[in-house]
Amino acid sequence: MRELHVSLITETIEQLCIEACNHLPEDIKCGIRTCRACEDGEIAKGVLDNIIANFEIADEENVPICQDTGMACVFLEIGQDVHLVGGDLTEAVNEGVRRGYDKGFLRKSVVKDPVRRGNTGDNTPAMLYTEIVPGEKVTITVGPKGFGSENMSAIRMFKPSAGLQGIKDFILEVVEEAGPNPCPPIVVGIGIGGTFDKAALLSKKALMRSIESSHSDPFYADLEREMLEKINQLGIGPQGFGGRTTALGVNIETLPTHIAGMPCAVNISCHVTRHKTEVL
Amino acid sequence: MERHITLPLTEELARSLHAGDTVYLTGTIYTSRDAGHKRMCETLARGEELPFDPADATIYYVGPTPAKPGQVIGSAGPTTSGRMDAYAPTMMSVGARGMIGKGARLPEVVEAMKKYSGVYFGAIGGAGALLAKCIKSAELIAYEDLGAEALRKLYVEDMPLVVIIDCEGRNLYEEGRKNYLKV
Repeated sequence: MRELHVSLITETIEQLCIEACNHLPEDIKCGIRTCRACEDGEIAKGVLDNIIANFEIADEENVPICQDTGMACVFLEIGQDVHLVGGDLTEAVNEGVRRGYDKGFLRKSVVKDPVRRGNTGDNTPAMLYTEIVPGEKVTITVGPKGFGSENMSAIRMFKPSAGLQGIKDFILEVVEEAGPNPCPPIVVGIGIGGTFDKAALLSKKALMRSIESSHSDPFYADLEREMLEKINQLGIGPQGFGGRTTALGVNIETLPTHIAGMPCAVNISCHVTRHKTEVL
Repeated sequence: MERHITLPLTEELARSLHAGDTVYLTGTIYTSRDAGHKRMCETLARGEELPFDPADATIYYVGPTPAKPGQVIGSAGPTTSGRMDAYAPTMMSVGARGMIGKGARLPEVVEAMKKYSGVYFGAIGGAGALLAKCIKSAELIAYEDLGAEALRKLYVEDMPLVVIIDCEGRNLYEEGRKNYLKV
């Protein structure tokens, strides 16, 4: 049994919050540069030039790419042979978020009550997901999630008879309805199957995957490619001003589900789709 | 069309701007988002004065990150304007005709824009580090307790914007898509 002090988790999360907010992942940068090359409209090209200049400034000056530094979504994969010592794990995670958002000069965007509001002042609590996996490592992923795009996400509980066509239509409907609001070009995370809650979680996890990767099942890998093409035919374009690139990537995650159902969740993310992982 | 404009946003200047124009904006603007707008509209409902003169004013929907030492302001890109739709017609009715944000607006906002010669400018959502470079000074003028949502007076130089909706109600979101829509 490997012992791991929770203070190491705090320190790691502090760093990951800052790095994720200031430095865009390479797959997203590459996707944005590729879409710049295929746009022909002056407005779309101008927008993408500015988006590229923006992430380059953030890289050079170590400042947040976007002012919405999001809610800190934290995924912990904890090896079953690890014994966490030295304190409360949830508090250790929140302390990492608290320190990261303070030291990184990141925006505190969390309110303590959904209806009565009131800023918590330190961007806690984190949205924490833990999973027990084989082994003696702890994998930590921090994905700060902005709400301009989160607000445009949706879930639907389909009858199985709706079939693949029902899912395809729903994905396009959600992207169409989102229009310019989620800061396109977007990344679309899709969760199909499981239960109501698991489908939503899968759609968030899909956003933590590189847009250069594909679902391991060729059926869903094809669906990812097909939906990307169809979304880009909507014409919404960079920032919604019209163009060929509405989405940079479509990632699908799936789970078995009940004989009576076919849940489908669509989690929309902006062109600042951030996530950073560290293995302890 | 590419334009360099200097505020205040007079009616004459507003009427000369058209959906799709690229604009580099220079002058004084005010920041406000959800909680600040709610407070300003409550102030107006009580018959009291706003913390700034709204005549020909431009409001930037933004909640910046905290400034690092030596910075004028932190990253400062636009937030989704639709959340201010409930308040925008009231703000335009007292003269604040310029709005900077991102995302779709409700028909009642567009109607108010036609009535009061309003202009809706789009800043690039997610380009907070770049847009902060255009902000040359920032002064907190009210609602400090709202943190990132406090009311600030900014001086901007050559802020890159696109006119999304003009005072005739023309809308770039609708017109720009037409050339690329394939389904």
